[in-house]
Amino acid sequence: MPKAYQHPKFEYVPPPELTRGETGTATVAVVGGGPVGVCMAIDLARRGVATVLLDDDDTTSHGSRLICMSKRTLEIFDRLGAGQPFRDKGVLWNRGRLFFGEKEVYDFDLLPERDQAWPAFINIQQYYCEDFLIRVAEATDGVELRWRNKVVAVEQDDNAAVLDVETPDGTYKLRADYVIACDGASSTVRRHMDLPFVGRAFQDRFLITDIIMQAEFPSERWFWFEPPFHDGESALLHKQPDDIWRVDLQLDGDADPEVETKPENVIPRIKRMLGEDTPFEVEWISLYTFRCRRLEKFKHGRVIFAGDSAHQVSPFGARGGNGGVQDIDNLAWKLAAVIRGDAPAALIDTYDPERILAADENILNSTRSTDFMTPKSPAVRDFRDAVLALAREHDFARRMVNSGRLSVPAVLDGSSLNTPDADSFDSDMRPGAAPLDAPVVVDGEDAWFLHCLGDDFTAMVYCQDDANLPADFGAAVAAMDDAVKLLTVGPAGAVQDRDGRLAERYDLKPGTLYLFRPDQHVAGRIRRPDAAWLQAATNRAMGRERG
Amino acid sequence: MNKLMTQDRIDAPDELYQALVDAHDGLEDGESRQLNARLILLLANHIGDVDVVAEATAAARASVLGDRD
Repeated sequence: MPKAYQHPKFEYVPPPELTRGETGTATVAVVGGGPVGVCMAIDLARRGVATVLLDDDDTTSHGSRLICMSKRTLEIFDRLGAGQPFRDKGVLWNRGRLFFGEKEVYDFDLLPERDQAWPAFINIQQYYCEDFLIRVAEATDGVELRWRNKVVAVEQDDNAAVLDVETPDGTYKLRADYVIACDGASSTVRRHMDLPFVGRAFQDRFLITDIIMQAEFPSERWFWFEPPFHDGESALLHKQPDDIWRVDLQLDGDADPEVETKPENVIPRIKRMLGEDTPFEVEWISLYTFRCRRLEKFKHGRVIFAGDSAHQVSPFGARGGNGGVQDIDNLAWKLAAVIRGDAPAALIDTYDPERILAADENILNSTRSTDFMTPKSPAVRDFRDAVLALAREHDFARRMVNSGRLSVPAVLDGSSLNTPDADSFDSDMRPGAAPLDAPVVVDGEDAWFLHCLGDDFTAMVYCQDDANLPADFGAAVAAMDDAVKLLTVGPAGAVQDRDGRLAERYDLKPGTLYLFRPDQHVAGRIRRPDAAWLQAATNRAMGRERG
Repeated sequence: MNKLMTQDRIDAPDELYQALVDAHDGLEDGESRQLNARLILLLANHIGDVDVVAEATAAARASVLGDRD
């Protein structure tokens, strides 16, 4: 148990279905109260869809588990109204340092484009992450949190899924139009539906330990290949709040989990790393086996999988939890639009190709990182060591060093929701991309561009002067059936581009329009917009036109 | 797309071969293996084209597998 963090006890309330003795109903049931499930409930509620969240426990995560929150994930938390406590409590970092043997090879910056609201990463224990999100969920109308409600069976027909839910007072049935399975790597829902994973499991294991230590190391990610203190295997040191440090040590594939996780075996390993004289206490020990695999598809009728229940990756890239939160970002607005009757059911089907593309990118990156860290033959080890040795002087080799390709949001290239570019742009903010932030000024106050986007579609138009906006464009946007916010930026706009970063990052010219989806990804962009283009691009992004 | 060139392109084949041999002079076995690996990486970066390097690795692999027969 952590010393500095007090685990809350969330109140179990006997569900009304038990006293009434009848099957309950819900529009959406979310299974799992981890970061992914709680985000799903909050996001749907913000979009007017009530949810019932079922969790088999009544507190937050028992270990620190996922600790690296990526910029995109933090932006999503921020959109959900949960960002600030992460900034207040977390450890902000942008820099990684790499060591090979006894020598430092190089350091790298994960946020080359500064001037954004959020850093590349914030480290924070999973129990804090869940705590912050649950506090927001508790304060959100339309989220019903049911603790100690354990899903024990799943059935479905064409219109709904029925869950058997076990509580301390007995079992009841809950019929939901949609079930979102966010119940983690050993998902009960997945096992009940007997859905197999495709992908690879590795022999390699990492011993994951949290220690409490007073140390003045900087807030950086330190990674060692073949350090002198750990028998030639890899090691990672990472800072968390409350003077807690994450130490990851690679073990041989034949290491015995029972033996290796005993504190009397862990402590000497860490002493070799930190030196005999550095005082520390062990707070949490876990063993991780590398896996890179996913379900063949994430949507199965009325049951939709998100996060670790749908896909699993090796940890060195922070692509697990971050990928899961980004699943939710993608799914919530689509599900809400279909439930409200604003979009055809086909919109939900686009969750599969868009997030499978992202999952495959995460799996590919984490598989390659694992292969780099754990060479599978002497010749491959020769190459790995050669890359590390050359990296001391050569940039090209530095770019090959792979201690984890750290999580960045997937660009949803080729999605049927994108309106392909017809004009030329000198910007990576192409259709499907997650948006880059920039410092802006609104009503004379410093602000961030992403805060101007919000939860709905946004049409951003760059206005050098008033003539850049097509005639009656504001009225045409207001008259659209879909909620589209018109956001004028630039010298004649409502949002001033404080340092010119916005225009630079999006290659904005007078009259340029970007359409952002409700999850803020770019839907389309055009140099000379008109209302007909905007309607067509919005229709497309709502799944009304296929192909 | 650039193609791997396998026709004779070297003015002085003996000098080139000797340069490769001399590079290993006095090295331990492990050092020699590192030299080869680093040499490949330096040359691959000089080529700077993943497709060409992939074609070369495929050709080398086919040549090795051909020895099995």
